[in-house]
Amino acid sequence: MNAIEILGLEKTYLVGFWAKRPKRALHPLHLNVEEGEIFGFLGPNGAGKTTTLKLLMGLVFPTAGSARILGREWTDPEVKAQIGFLPEQPYFYDHLTAHELLNYYAQLSGVPGKERSRRVESTLLQVGLRDIKGVQLRKFSKGMLQRVGIAQAILHDPKLVFLDEPMSGLDPIGRREVRDLIVQLKSEGKTVFFSTHILSDAEALCDRVAIINQGMLRGIGAVADLTSNVQGKIEIIWRGNTVPASMKALGAECHVTGDTIRAVLSETQQDAAIDALRRERLRLISITPVRTSLEAYFVEKLQHAETKAGTMA
Amino acid sequence: MNARIAHIASNTFREAVRDRVLYNLIAFALLLSGAAILVGQISIDIEKLVVINLGLTAVSLFGIVIAIFIGIGLVSKEIEKRTLYTVLSRPVRRWEFIVGKFLGLAGTLVVNTFFMAIGVFAALLYVSHKFVRTDALILVALYFIVLEFLIICAIALLFSSFSSPLLSAVFAFSLFVIGSFAEDLRGFASMTHGFTRWVATGAAYLVPNFSAFNVIGSIAHEQPVAAQLIVNNTLYAFFYAALALSGAVLIFEHRNLK
Repeated sequence: MNAIEILGLEKTYLVGFWAKRPKRALHPLHLNVEEGEIFGFLGPNGAGKTTTLKLLMGLVFPTAGSARILGREWTDPEVKAQIGFLPEQPYFYDHLTAHELLNYYAQLSGVPGKERSRRVESTLLQVGLRDIKGVQLRKFSKGMLQRVGIAQAILHDPKLVFLDEPMSGLDPIGRREVRDLIVQLKSEGKTVFFSTHILSDAEALCDRVAIINQGMLRGIGAVADLTSNVQGKIEIIWRGNTVPASMKALGAECHVTGDTIRAVLSETQQDAAIDALRRERLRLISITPVRTSLEAYFVEKLQHAETKAGTMA
Repeated sequence: MNARIAHIASNTFREAVRDRVLYNLIAFALLLSGAAILVGQISIDIEKLVVINLGLTAVSLFGIVIAIFIGIGLVSKEIEKRTLYTVLSRPVRRWEFIVGKFLGLAGTLVVNTFFMAIGVFAALLYVSHKFVRTDALILVALYFIVLEFLIICAIALLFSSFSSPLLSAVFAFSLFVIGSFAEDLRGFASMTHGFTRWVATGAAYLVPNFSAFNVIGSIAHEQPVAAQLIVNNTLYAFFYAALALSGAVLIFEHRNLK
Protein backbone atom coordinates (compact mmCIF):
# COMPACT_ATOMS: atom_id res chain seq x y z
CA MET A 1 0.00 0.00 0.00
CA ASN A 2 1.11 3.55 -0.64
CA ALA A 3 1.76 5.71 2.39
CA ILE A 4 1.57 8.85 0.25
CA GLU A 5 -0.13 9.37 -3.09
CA ILE A 6 0.33 12.83 -4.54
CA LEU A 7 -2.19 13.33 -7.31
CA GLY A 8 -1.21 16.36 -9.35
CA LEU A 9 -0.72 18.79 -6.49
CA GLU A 10 0.30 22.19 -7.78
CA LYS A 11 0.77 25.62 -6.28
CA THR A 12 0.84 29.04 -7.86
CA TYR A 13 1.36 32.11 -5.67
CA LEU A 14 0.37 35.62 -6.62
CA VAL A 15 3.32 37.91 -6.04
CA GLY A 16 3.78 41.67 -6.25
CA PHE A 17 2.16 44.48 -4.31
CA TRP A 18 -0.07 46.26 -6.80
CA ALA A 19 0.01 44.27 -10.01
CA LYS A 20 -0.18 40.69 -8.79
CA ARG A 21 1.46 38.21 -11.11
CA PRO A 22 1.36 34.43 -10.82
CA LYS A 23 4.49 32.57 -9.75
CA ARG A 24 4.39 28.81 -9.99
CA ALA A 25 6.07 27.24 -6.98
CA LEU A 26 5.05 23.68 -7.87
CA HIS A 27 4.02 22.22 -11.21
CA PRO A 28 1.50 19.35 -11.08
CA LEU A 29 3.26 16.70 -9.02
CA HIS A 30 2.46 12.99 -9.19
CA LEU A 31 4.32 10.86 -6.71
CA ASN A 32 3.81 7.68 -4.69
CA VAL A 33 5.69 6.70 -1.57
CA GLU A 34 5.34 3.14 -0.41
CA GLU A 35 4.71 2.15 3.18
CA GLY A 36 7.83 1.36 5.18
CA GLU A 37 10.34 3.01 2.87
CA ILE A 38 12.72 5.89 3.41
CA PHE A 39 12.01 8.30 0.60
CA GLY A 40 14.34 11.17 -0.20
CA PHE A 41 13.00 14.33 -1.77
CA LEU A 42 16.01 16.03 -3.29
CA GLY A 43 16.51 19.37 -4.88
CA PRO A 44 18.52 22.56 -4.64
CA ASN A 45 17.33 25.43 -2.44
CA GLY A 46 14.09 26.92 -3.75
CA ALA A 47 13.25 23.83 -5.80
CA GLY A 48 9.78 23.34 -4.31
CA LYS A 49 10.54 20.76 -1.60
CA THR A 50 9.22 22.83 1.29
CA THR A 51 6.16 23.92 -0.72
CA THR A 52 5.32 20.25 -1.32
CA LEU A 53 5.66 19.48 2.37
CA LYS A 54 3.56 22.48 3.36
CA LEU A 55 0.85 21.39 0.93
CA LEU A 56 0.83 17.90 2.41
CA MET A 57 0.65 19.35 5.93
CA GLY A 58 -2.27 21.62 5.00
CA LEU A 59 -0.26 24.74 5.80
CA VAL A 60 -0.79 26.11 2.30
CA PHE A 61 -3.66 25.29 -0.03
CA PRO A 62 -3.07 23.84 -3.48
CA THR A 63 -4.06 25.61 -6.67
CA ALA A 64 -5.10 22.20 -8.02
CA GLY A 65 -4.68 18.51 -7.29
CA SER A 66 -5.05 16.37 -4.23
CA ALA A 67 -3.26 13.75 -2.20
CA ARG A 68 -3.92 10.69 -0.09
CA ILE A 69 -1.97 9.93 3.05
CA LEU A 70 -2.16 6.50 4.67
CA GLY A 71 -5.16 5.74 2.49
CA ARG A 72 -7.20 8.80 3.49
CA GLU A 73 -7.74 12.25 2.04
CA TRP A 74 -4.82 14.39 3.11
CA THR A 75 -7.13 17.05 4.54
CA ASP A 76 -8.73 14.56 6.95
CA PRO A 77 -7.75 15.73 10.47
CA GLU A 78 -7.56 12.10 11.63
CA VAL A 79 -4.62 11.58 9.27
CA LYS A 80 -2.63 14.12 11.23
CA ALA A 81 -2.73 11.99 14.37
CA GLN A 82 -0.68 9.42 12.47
CA ILE A 83 1.95 11.67 10.95
CA GLY A 84 4.88 13.59 12.35
CA PHE A 85 6.40 16.70 10.79
CA LEU A 86 9.70 18.47 11.27
CA PRO A 87 9.69 21.84 9.51
CA GLU A 88 12.84 23.35 8.06
CA GLN A 89 14.77 25.34 10.69
CA PRO A 90 12.10 24.82 13.31
CA TYR A 91 11.20 27.46 15.90
CA PHE A 92 9.37 26.66 19.07
CA TYR A 93 7.76 28.45 21.97
CA ASP A 94 10.98 29.58 23.57
CA HIS A 95 9.40 30.30 26.95
CA LEU A 96 8.87 26.57 27.42
CA THR A 97 11.32 23.87 28.43
CA ALA A 98 11.75 20.89 26.12
CA HIS A 99 9.68 18.75 28.50
CA GLU A 100 6.84 21.28 28.58
CA LEU A 101 6.89 21.71 24.80
CA LEU A 102 6.76 17.99 24.13
CA ASN A 103 4.06 17.56 26.74
CA TYR A 104 2.03 20.27 24.99
CA TYR A 105 2.47 18.62 21.60
CA ALA A 106 1.62 15.23 23.09
CA GLN A 107 -1.61 16.72 24.42
CA LEU A 108 -2.45 18.16 20.99
CA SER A 109 -1.68 14.82 19.33
CA GLY A 110 -4.00 13.02 21.70
CA VAL A 111 -1.38 10.98 23.60
CA PRO A 112 -3.17 9.62 26.71
CA GLY A 113 -2.31 11.42 29.95
CA LYS A 114 -0.86 8.31 31.63
CA GLU A 115 1.63 7.74 28.84
CA ARG A 116 2.65 11.35 28.26
CA SER A 117 5.53 11.87 30.63
CA ARG A 118 7.04 8.46 29.88
CA ARG A 119 6.81 9.16 26.13
CA VAL A 120 8.36 12.61 26.55
CA GLU A 121 11.30 11.23 28.55
CA SER A 122 12.00 8.35 26.19
CA THR A 123 11.77 10.54 23.07
CA LEU A 124 14.19 13.10 24.50
CA LEU A 125 16.64 10.30 25.26
CA GLN A 126 16.12 8.89 21.76
CA VAL A 127 17.22 12.17 20.17
CA GLY A 128 20.16 12.52 22.53
CA LEU A 129 18.88 15.34 24.76
CA ARG A 130 19.88 14.80 28.37
CA ASP A 131 20.19 17.02 31.46
CA ILE A 132 17.93 19.73 30.06
CA LYS A 133 15.21 19.73 32.70
CA GLY A 134 14.19 23.26 33.60
CA VAL A 135 16.12 24.86 30.73
CA GLN A 136 13.97 27.08 28.52
CA LEU A 137 14.26 26.58 24.75
CA ARG A 138 15.52 30.14 24.30
CA LYS A 139 18.80 28.89 25.78
CA PHE A 140 19.14 25.96 23.36
CA SER A 141 21.71 25.87 20.55
CA LYS A 142 20.60 25.42 16.93
CA GLY A 143 21.58 21.76 16.99
CA MET A 144 19.65 21.15 20.21
CA LEU A 145 16.57 22.81 18.73
CA GLN A 146 16.86 20.57 15.70
CA ARG A 147 16.84 17.57 18.03
CA VAL A 148 13.78 18.94 19.82
CA GLY A 149 12.21 19.30 16.37
CA ILE A 150 12.86 15.67 15.57
CA ALA A 151 11.58 14.65 19.01
CA GLN A 152 8.27 16.44 18.51
CA ALA A 153 7.88 14.78 15.11
CA ILE A 154 8.19 11.23 16.49
CA LEU A 155 6.79 11.78 19.97
CA HIS A 156 3.31 10.43 19.29
CA ASP A 157 4.57 7.28 17.53
CA PRO A 158 3.37 8.29 14.04
CA LYS A 159 3.21 5.83 11.14
CA LEU A 160 4.61 8.37 8.70
CA VAL A 161 7.27 10.99 9.40
CA PHE A 162 7.96 14.03 7.23
CA LEU A 163 11.34 15.62 7.84
CA ASP A 164 12.29 18.86 6.08
CA GLU A 165 16.10 19.12 6.02
CA PRO A 166 16.56 17.07 9.20
CA MET A 167 20.36 17.34 9.25
CA SER A 168 20.36 21.12 9.06
CA GLY A 169 22.29 22.75 11.90
CA LEU A 170 23.72 19.50 13.23
CA ASP A 171 27.40 18.74 13.77
CA PRO A 172 28.87 15.54 12.26
CA ILE A 173 28.02 13.48 15.34
CA GLY A 174 24.50 14.87 15.42
CA ARG A 175 24.07 14.05 11.73
CA ARG A 176 25.23 10.52 12.34
CA GLU A 177 22.77 10.16 15.21
CA VAL A 178 19.89 11.46 13.10
CA ARG A 179 20.84 9.08 10.31
CA ASP A 180 20.76 6.19 12.80
CA LEU A 181 17.42 7.43 14.09
CA ILE A 182 15.92 7.47 10.60
CA VAL A 183 17.12 3.90 10.03
CA GLN A 184 15.63 2.95 13.39
CA LEU A 185 12.27 4.50 12.40
CA LYS A 186 12.29 2.37 9.26
CA SER A 187 13.09 -0.74 11.28
CA GLU A 188 10.03 0.04 13.43
CA GLY A 189 7.95 -0.11 10.26
CA LYS A 190 7.49 3.63 9.83
CA THR A 191 7.61 5.45 6.52
CA VAL A 192 10.04 8.36 6.37
CA PHE A 193 9.74 11.10 3.76
CA PHE A 194 12.58 13.55 4.03
CA SER A 195 13.73 16.45 1.97
CA THR A 196 17.37 17.34 1.71
CA HIS A 197 19.97 18.84 -0.54
CA ILE A 198 22.73 16.83 1.12
CA LEU A 199 23.11 13.97 -1.34
CA SER A 200 25.41 11.81 0.76
CA ASP A 201 22.68 11.57 3.40
CA ALA A 202 20.12 10.57 0.80
CA GLU A 203 22.46 8.02 -0.77
CA ALA A 204 23.23 6.47 2.62
CA LEU A 205 19.64 6.31 3.84
CA CYS A 206 17.04 6.25 1.12
CA ASP A 207 15.35 3.35 -0.57
CA ARG A 208 14.07 5.67 -3.29
CA VAL A 209 14.58 9.30 -4.18
CA ALA A 210 12.83 11.91 -6.27
CA ILE A 211 14.59 14.93 -7.69
CA ILE A 212 12.74 18.21 -7.96
CA ASN A 213 13.92 21.47 -9.44
CA GLN A 214 12.12 24.69 -10.32
CA GLY A 215 8.92 23.13 -9.03
CA MET A 216 9.06 20.15 -11.40
CA LEU A 217 9.79 16.50 -10.78
CA ARG A 218 12.99 15.71 -12.70
CA GLY A 219 13.60 12.09 -11.82
CA ILE A 220 12.58 9.32 -9.48
CA GLY A 221 13.86 5.84 -8.73
CA ALA A 222 15.44 3.39 -6.33
CA VAL A 223 18.83 4.58 -5.11
CA ALA A 224 20.28 1.14 -5.88
CA ASP A 225 19.12 1.44 -9.53
CA LEU A 226 20.26 5.02 -9.97
CA THR A 227 23.71 4.31 -8.62
CA SER A 228 24.25 0.86 -10.16
CA ASN A 229 24.87 2.17 -13.61
CA VAL A 230 28.27 0.54 -14.06
CA GLN A 231 30.03 2.38 -16.83
CA GLY A 232 32.29 -0.53 -17.78
CA LYS A 233 35.11 0.90 -15.73
CA ILE A 234 36.92 -0.18 -12.62
CA GLU A 235 38.92 1.64 -10.01
CA ILE A 236 42.17 0.07 -8.77
CA ILE A 237 44.02 1.37 -5.73
CA TRP A 238 47.51 0.23 -4.76
CA ARG A 239 50.37 1.29 -2.53
CA GLY A 240 53.16 3.19 -4.33
CA ASN A 241 54.61 6.59 -5.26
CA THR A 242 55.17 6.29 -9.00
CA VAL A 243 52.94 4.93 -11.73
CA PRO A 244 54.53 1.91 -13.49
CA ALA A 245 54.93 2.25 -17.28
CA SER A 246 52.93 -0.95 -17.76
CA MET A 247 49.88 0.67 -16.14
CA LYS A 248 50.26 3.77 -18.28
CA ALA A 249 50.39 1.50 -21.31
CA LEU A 250 46.93 0.14 -20.39
CA GLY A 251 45.56 3.68 -20.73
CA ALA A 252 44.75 4.08 -17.03
CA GLU A 253 43.94 7.54 -15.64
CA CYS A 254 46.18 7.62 -12.55
CA HIS A 255 46.16 9.94 -9.53
CA VAL A 256 48.90 9.80 -6.90
CA THR A 257 47.93 10.77 -3.34
CA GLY A 258 50.70 10.34 -0.75
CA ASP A 259 51.78 6.72 -0.97
CA THR A 260 48.65 5.44 -2.71
CA ILE A 261 47.80 5.49 -6.37
CA ARG A 262 44.28 5.36 -7.78
CA ALA A 263 43.70 4.35 -11.39
CA VAL A 264 40.51 4.14 -13.43
CA LEU A 265 40.57 1.91 -16.50
CA SER A 266 38.38 -0.28 -18.67
CA GLU A 267 36.85 -3.34 -17.03
CA THR A 268 38.29 -5.53 -19.81
CA GLN A 269 41.80 -4.67 -18.68
CA GLN A 270 41.32 -5.75 -15.08
CA ASP A 271 43.40 -8.96 -15.37
CA ALA A 272 46.20 -7.20 -17.27
CA ALA A 273 46.36 -4.48 -14.61
CA ILE A 274 46.54 -7.03 -11.76
CA ASP A 275 49.33 -8.85 -13.61
CA ALA A 276 51.21 -5.57 -14.11
CA LEU A 277 51.02 -4.73 -10.40
CA ARG A 278 52.12 -8.26 -9.46
CA ARG A 279 55.12 -8.04 -11.78
CA GLU A 280 56.14 -4.73 -10.19
CA ARG A 281 55.64 -6.33 -6.73
CA LEU A 282 53.24 -3.54 -5.71
CA ARG A 283 50.66 -4.02 -2.95
CA LEU A 284 47.08 -4.03 -4.26
CA ILE A 285 44.55 -2.36 -1.91
CA SER A 286 41.23 -2.59 -3.74
CA ILE A 287 39.41 -3.09 -7.02
CA THR A 288 35.87 -1.71 -7.31
CA PRO A 289 33.50 -1.12 -10.21
CA VAL A 290 32.90 2.56 -10.98
CA ARG A 291 29.27 3.45 -10.28
CA THR A 292 27.33 6.55 -11.08
CA SER A 293 27.00 8.38 -7.77
CA LEU A 294 23.70 9.90 -6.72
CA GLU A 295 25.44 13.22 -7.02
CA ALA A 296 26.30 12.57 -10.68
CA TYR A 297 22.70 11.52 -11.34
CA PHE A 298 21.41 14.61 -9.54
CA VAL A 299 23.71 16.98 -11.44
CA GLU A 300 22.81 15.32 -14.74
CA LYS A 301 19.08 15.75 -14.07
CA LEU A 302 19.48 19.39 -13.13
CA GLN A 303 21.70 20.15 -16.11
CA HIS A 304 19.28 18.37 -18.41
CA ALA A 305 16.45 20.50 -17.03
CA GLU A 306 18.44 23.70 -17.47
CA THR A 307 19.38 22.79 -21.05
CA LYS A 308 15.74 22.05 -21.81
CA ALA A 309 14.65 25.35 -20.30
CA GLY A 310 17.34 27.17 -22.30
CA THR A 311 16.22 25.53 -25.56
CA MET A 312 12.60 26.44 -24.92
CA ALA A 313 13.56 30.05 -24.18
CA MET B 1 -14.69 22.36 26.12
CA ASN B 2 -12.71 20.58 23.46
CA ALA B 3 -9.43 19.38 25.05
CA ARG B 4 -7.21 20.77 22.29
CA ILE B 5 -8.72 24.24 22.71
CA ALA B 6 -8.07 24.02 26.46
CA HIS B 7 -4.42 23.03 25.85
CA ILE B 8 -3.88 25.90 23.38
CA ALA B 9 -5.54 28.34 25.80
CA SER B 10 -3.41 27.17 28.70
CA ASN B 11 -0.23 27.46 26.62
CA THR B 12 -1.21 31.00 25.59
CA PHE B 13 -1.77 31.91 29.22
CA ARG B 14 1.56 30.39 30.24
CA GLU B 15 3.33 32.28 27.44
CA ALA B 16 1.84 35.58 28.60
CA VAL B 17 2.84 34.91 32.21
CA ARG B 18 6.39 33.88 31.24
CA ASP B 19 6.70 36.90 28.96
CA ARG B 20 6.27 38.87 32.17
CA VAL B 21 2.96 40.38 31.13
CA LEU B 22 1.74 40.24 34.71
CA TYR B 23 4.64 42.54 35.66
CA ASN B 24 2.24 45.36 34.75
CA LEU B 25 0.66 44.61 38.11
CA ILE B 26 3.70 46.08 39.82
CA ALA B 27 3.30 49.34 37.88
CA PHE B 28 -0.41 49.27 38.69
CA ALA B 29 0.22 48.69 42.40
CA LEU B 30 2.75 51.54 42.51
CA LEU B 31 0.39 53.89 40.68
CA LEU B 32 -2.54 53.07 42.90
CA SER B 33 -0.72 53.19 46.23
CA GLY B 34 0.97 56.46 45.20
CA ALA B 35 -2.40 57.92 44.22
CA ALA B 36 -4.08 56.73 47.41
CA ILE B 37 -1.43 58.34 49.58
CA LEU B 38 -1.50 61.52 47.51
CA VAL B 39 -5.27 62.00 47.48
CA GLY B 40 -5.37 61.24 51.19
CA GLN B 41 -3.24 64.32 51.69
CA ILE B 42 -4.66 66.77 49.16
CA SER B 43 -8.39 66.08 48.96
CA ILE B 44 -11.11 66.32 51.54
CA ASP B 45 -14.17 63.99 51.37
CA ILE B 46 -13.54 62.99 47.78
CA GLU B 47 -10.67 60.54 48.38
CA LYS B 48 -12.96 57.60 47.72
CA LEU B 49 -14.31 59.11 44.51
CA VAL B 50 -10.81 59.76 43.20
CA VAL B 51 -9.53 56.31 44.14
CA ILE B 52 -12.48 54.54 42.46
CA ASN B 53 -12.21 56.67 39.33
CA LEU B 54 -8.47 56.38 39.08
CA GLY B 55 -8.35 52.71 40.05
CA LEU B 56 -11.01 51.49 37.63
CA THR B 57 -9.71 53.66 34.77
CA ALA B 58 -6.25 52.22 35.34
CA VAL B 59 -7.65 48.65 35.38
CA SER B 60 -9.36 49.37 32.08
CA LEU B 61 -6.37 51.04 30.40
CA PHE B 62 -3.79 48.51 31.57
CA GLY B 63 -6.00 45.68 30.37
CA ILE B 64 -6.73 47.26 27.02
CA VAL B 65 -3.05 47.88 26.34
CA ILE B 66 -2.31 44.22 27.19
CA ALA B 67 -5.26 42.95 25.12
CA ILE B 68 -4.16 44.93 22.07
CA PHE B 69 -0.43 44.32 22.29
CA ILE B 70 -0.69 40.60 22.96
CA GLY B 71 -3.75 40.08 20.80
CA ILE B 72 -2.23 41.56 17.66
CA GLY B 73 0.67 39.09 17.81
CA LEU B 74 -1.31 36.00 18.71
CA VAL B 75 -1.60 34.70 15.15
CA SER B 76 0.89 36.80 13.17
CA LYS B 77 3.75 36.07 15.57
CA GLU B 78 3.05 32.36 15.34
CA ILE B 79 3.13 32.56 11.55
CA GLU B 80 6.24 34.73 11.51
CA LYS B 81 8.10 32.48 13.97
CA ARG B 82 6.67 29.37 12.31
CA THR B 83 5.66 27.89 15.66
CA LEU B 84 2.28 27.34 14.04
CA TYR B 85 3.66 24.72 11.64
CA THR B 86 4.17 22.14 14.35
CA VAL B 87 0.75 22.87 15.84
CA LEU B 88 -1.32 22.74 12.65
CA SER B 89 0.46 19.60 11.43
CA ARG B 90 -1.26 17.85 14.36
CA PRO B 91 -4.95 16.99 14.60
CA VAL B 92 -5.77 20.61 15.43
CA ARG B 93 -8.37 22.45 13.38
CA ARG B 94 -7.63 26.03 12.51
CA TRP B 95 -10.75 27.28 14.30
CA GLU B 96 -9.66 25.44 17.43
CA PHE B 97 -6.37 27.29 17.32
CA ILE B 98 -8.09 30.70 17.06
CA VAL B 99 -10.59 29.95 19.82
CA GLY B 100 -7.85 28.53 22.06
CA LYS B 101 -5.71 31.63 21.57
CA PHE B 102 -8.68 33.88 22.34
CA LEU B 103 -9.54 32.03 25.53
CA GLY B 104 -5.89 32.03 26.62
CA LEU B 105 -5.63 35.78 26.25
CA ALA B 106 -9.04 36.35 27.83
CA GLY B 107 -7.94 34.16 30.75
CA THR B 108 -4.77 36.19 31.16
CA LEU B 109 -6.79 39.39 31.29
CA VAL B 110 -9.28 37.98 33.79
CA VAL B 111 -6.45 36.93 36.12
CA ASN B 112 -4.77 40.30 35.63
CA THR B 113 -8.03 42.11 36.38
CA PHE B 114 -8.59 39.97 39.47
CA PHE B 115 -5.27 41.07 40.97
CA MET B 116 -5.84 44.70 39.99
CA ALA B 117 -9.30 44.54 41.55
CA ILE B 118 -7.72 43.43 44.82
CA GLY B 119 -5.47 46.49 44.50
CA VAL B 120 -8.45 48.80 43.97
CA PHE B 121 -10.26 47.43 47.02
CA ALA B 122 -7.08 47.66 49.11
CA ALA B 123 -6.62 51.31 48.11
CA LEU B 124 -10.28 51.95 48.88
CA LEU B 125 -9.90 50.42 52.32
CA TYR B 126 -6.81 52.55 52.88
CA VAL B 127 -8.62 55.83 52.18
CA SER B 128 -12.04 55.08 53.70
CA HIS B 129 -11.00 52.56 56.41
CA LYS B 130 -14.11 50.41 55.83
CA PHE B 131 -16.26 48.93 53.08
CA VAL B 132 -19.89 49.90 52.56
CA ARG B 133 -22.65 48.11 50.66
CA THR B 134 -22.39 50.41 47.58
CA ASP B 135 -18.74 49.41 47.13
CA ALA B 136 -20.08 46.17 45.67
CA LEU B 137 -21.02 48.24 42.61
CA ILE B 138 -17.32 48.31 41.78
CA LEU B 139 -17.69 44.63 40.90
CA VAL B 140 -20.22 45.57 38.22
CA ALA B 141 -17.78 48.10 36.74
CA LEU B 142 -15.05 45.44 36.80
CA TYR B 143 -17.40 42.99 35.08
CA PHE B 144 -18.07 45.53 32.33
CA ILE B 145 -14.33 46.11 31.96
CA VAL B 146 -13.80 42.37 31.50
CA LEU B 147 -16.56 42.34 28.87
CA GLU B 148 -14.75 45.19 27.10
CA PHE B 149 -11.57 43.09 27.14
CA LEU B 150 -13.36 40.19 25.47
CA ILE B 151 -14.38 42.45 22.60
CA ILE B 152 -10.91 44.00 22.30
CA CYS B 153 -9.24 40.56 22.36
CA ALA B 154 -11.50 39.31 19.58
CA ILE B 155 -10.91 42.44 17.49
CA ALA B 156 -7.14 42.25 17.95
CA LEU B 157 -7.24 38.59 16.99
CA LEU B 158 -9.33 39.40 13.92
CA PHE B 159 -6.77 41.93 12.70
CA SER B 160 -3.92 39.60 13.62
CA SER B 161 -5.35 36.90 11.37
CA PHE B 162 -4.65 38.88 8.21
CA SER B 163 -2.49 41.88 9.00
CA SER B 164 0.96 42.73 10.36
CA PRO B 165 1.29 43.42 14.11
CA LEU B 166 1.89 47.13 13.55
CA LEU B 167 -1.18 47.66 11.36
CA SER B 168 -3.23 45.43 13.66
CA ALA B 169 -2.25 47.61 16.62
CA VAL B 170 -3.24 50.76 14.76
CA PHE B 171 -6.59 49.28 13.63
CA ALA B 172 -7.45 47.80 17.03
CA PHE B 173 -6.52 50.93 18.96
CA SER B 174 -8.42 53.18 16.51
CA LEU B 175 -11.47 50.98 16.84
CA PHE B 176 -11.22 51.19 20.61
CA VAL B 177 -11.05 55.00 20.52
CA ILE B 178 -13.93 55.30 18.03
CA GLY B 179 -15.91 52.71 20.01
CA SER B 180 -15.49 54.77 23.17
CA PHE B 181 -17.39 57.57 21.40
CA ALA B 182 -19.96 55.26 19.81
CA GLU B 183 -22.89 57.02 21.52
CA ASP B 184 -21.73 60.37 20.10
CA LEU B 185 -21.37 58.75 16.68
CA ARG B 186 -24.92 57.44 16.93
CA GLY B 187 -26.10 60.89 17.97
CA PHE B 188 -24.34 62.41 14.98
CA ALA B 189 -25.89 59.80 12.66
CA SER B 190 -29.40 60.68 13.89
CA MET B 191 -28.82 64.33 12.98
CA THR B 192 -27.84 63.64 9.36
CA HIS B 193 -30.09 62.91 6.38
CA GLY B 194 -30.24 60.78 3.26
CA PHE B 195 -27.23 58.74 2.19
CA THR B 196 -24.97 60.28 4.87
CA ARG B 197 -27.41 59.08 7.51
CA TRP B 198 -27.23 55.50 6.16
CA VAL B 199 -23.43 55.54 6.14
CA ALA B 200 -23.07 57.21 9.54
CA THR B 201 -25.66 54.91 11.16
CA GLY B 202 -23.99 51.85 9.62
CA ALA B 203 -20.58 52.94 10.90
CA ALA B 204 -21.97 53.84 14.33
CA TYR B 205 -23.49 50.38 14.79
CA LEU B 206 -20.55 48.54 13.26
CA VAL B 207 -17.95 49.86 15.71
CA PRO B 208 -18.11 48.34 19.19
CA ASN B 209 -20.13 50.48 21.56
CA PHE B 210 -17.69 50.83 24.44
CA SER B 211 -19.43 53.87 25.86
CA ALA B 212 -22.22 51.61 27.16
CA PHE B 213 -19.62 49.73 29.24
CA ASN B 214 -18.23 52.79 30.94
CA VAL B 215 -20.05 53.08 34.28
CA ILE B 216 -17.02 54.16 36.27
CA GLY B 217 -18.24 57.73 36.79
CA SER B 218 -21.70 56.76 38.02
CA ILE B 219 -20.35 54.02 40.28
CA ALA B 220 -17.86 56.42 41.83
CA HIS B 221 -20.91 58.54 42.71
CA GLU B 222 -22.56 55.43 44.15
CA GLN B 223 -25.35 55.41 41.57
CA PRO B 224 -26.80 51.92 40.94
CA VAL B 225 -26.54 50.17 37.57
CA ALA B 226 -29.75 48.93 35.96
CA ALA B 227 -30.03 45.13 35.72
CA GLN B 228 -31.16 45.55 32.13
CA LEU B 229 -27.87 47.24 31.27
CA ILE B 230 -25.94 44.30 32.74
CA VAL B 231 -27.96 41.85 30.62
CA ASN B 232 -27.69 44.01 27.49
CA ASN B 233 -23.94 44.55 27.86
CA THR B 234 -23.35 40.85 28.48
CA LEU B 235 -25.29 39.82 25.40
CA TYR B 236 -23.73 42.57 23.30
CA ALA B 237 -20.16 41.69 24.36
CA PHE B 238 -20.61 37.98 23.70
CA PHE B 239 -22.31 38.63 20.37
CA TYR B 240 -19.69 41.14 19.21
CA ALA B 241 -16.76 38.97 20.34
CA ALA B 242 -18.30 35.92 18.64
CA LEU B 243 -18.76 37.92 15.45
CA ALA B 244 -15.15 39.16 15.44
CA LEU B 245 -13.88 35.67 16.26
CA SER B 246 -15.93 34.16 13.45
CA GLY B 247 -14.36 36.70 11.09
CA ALA B 248 -10.90 35.73 12.34
CA VAL B 249 -11.68 32.03 11.85
CA LEU B 250 -13.10 32.63 8.38
CA ILE B 251 -9.96 34.49 7.27
CA PHE B 252 -7.55 32.13 8.97
CA GLU B 253 -9.23 29.01 7.53
CA HIS B 254 -8.28 30.18 4.03
CA ARG B 255 -4.89 31.67 4.75
CA ASN B 256 -1.71 30.22 3.22
CA LEU B 257 1.06 30.02 5.81
CA LYS B 258 4.05 30.98 3.70
